Amino acid sequence: MVTAVTNLGRSGLYDWLMQRVTAVILLAYFLYVGCVLLGGVDYPAWKELHAQTWMRVFSLLALLSLGAHAWVGLWAIFTDYLTERLMGTTGNVLRLAAQAVCALIMFTYIVWGIQILWGY
Amino acid sequence: MLQVSIYRYNPETDNEPYMQDVQVDTGGKDLMVLDVMELIKSTDTTFAYRRSCREGVCGSDGVNMNGVNGLACITPLSETVKGSKLVLRPLPGLPVVRDLVVDMSMFYAQYEKVQPYLQNNTPPPAIERLQSLEEREKLDGLYECILCACCSTACPSFWWNPDRFIGPSGLLQAYRFLADTRDTATEERLARLDDPFSVFRCHGIMNCVNVCPKGLNPTKAIGHIRNMLLSRAT
Repeated sequence: MVTAVTNLGRSGLYDWLMQRVTAVILLAYFLYVGCVLLGGVDYPAWKELHAQTWMRVFSLLALLSLGAHAWVGLWAIFTDYLTERLMGTTGNVLRLAAQAVCALIMFTYIVWGIQILWGY
Repeated sequence: MLQVSIYRYNPETDNEPYMQDVQVDTGGKDLMVLDVMELIKSTDTTFAYRRSCREGVCGSDGVNMNGVNGLACITPLSETVKGSKLVLRPLPGLPVVRDLVVDMSMFYAQYEKVQPYLQNNTPPPAIERLQSLEEREKLDGLYECILCACCSTACPSFWWNPDRFIGPSGLLQAYRFLADTRDTATEERLARLDDPFSVFRCHGIMNCVNVCPKGLNPTKAIGHIRNMLLSRAT
């Protein structure tokens, strides 16, 4: 058993399942939005679509999924390439810094996204 | 004449590894790569590599031939040489002891972690613990592993985290005991694997399946472990 405290859900299975579930949600969301756009949409129709509660919930779900999906994926990349094994203690500093920047960006996107979804 | 480029490194005399070019007269025959290595060694006795059975059973002569891991003794030149050049390197990702000899400690440490032996504390029956034919069939494709390390050293996840990711070979062995109906430690075995590194560093790129000289499928075994973890937790 390898211990890790910076991954999404402490357990490998949780992260793995979360990445797959969020991928399905993102696929459904982008397919739907893509179909709407391909069907031809003007500004009033677009605004009306996003004014509906179900669409806001769907968009928020996709946004949260994007955050979780990106965290699991980037966490794996950081713990592959920015490690003590490869570059000594510098690896640990770089990895924690990269994770902090990543977390900040995702948190900002989520708060900003909620503001956009319910603010207009 | 076959042109062979071999990775040479003797830590006692060389500051760093280098590639040495050697011409080998194969007599126009489709030799095994190990035969070529033996021919080179007959003229240069300082050339070091591991070998034993010379028939793909012992798993000692795992090397990287023209960029692909495999057993030198059962790989014919016609299979690996495209053009007229053979490049021989040690298995990637493991520390080199000398020339083509690598230090397998990290590989064995991961093997040890999965406790690769049958665990059953119930009183043993008079003769033996029996299995049905169907139960025994589940072990086919798992027990044949010879621990040559060709798969684990072809896996990028194992290159980056050899101390934390068990690797395809170790996981194939883990599933060999998870799938064994005579083993009663399934729960403990699964509990030890449910972290973000041991199993889940496998991203399913199947390099292991590509290079396994015994034709085994570690990716499939890893998928089974994942499913067992999933049914246990949901």
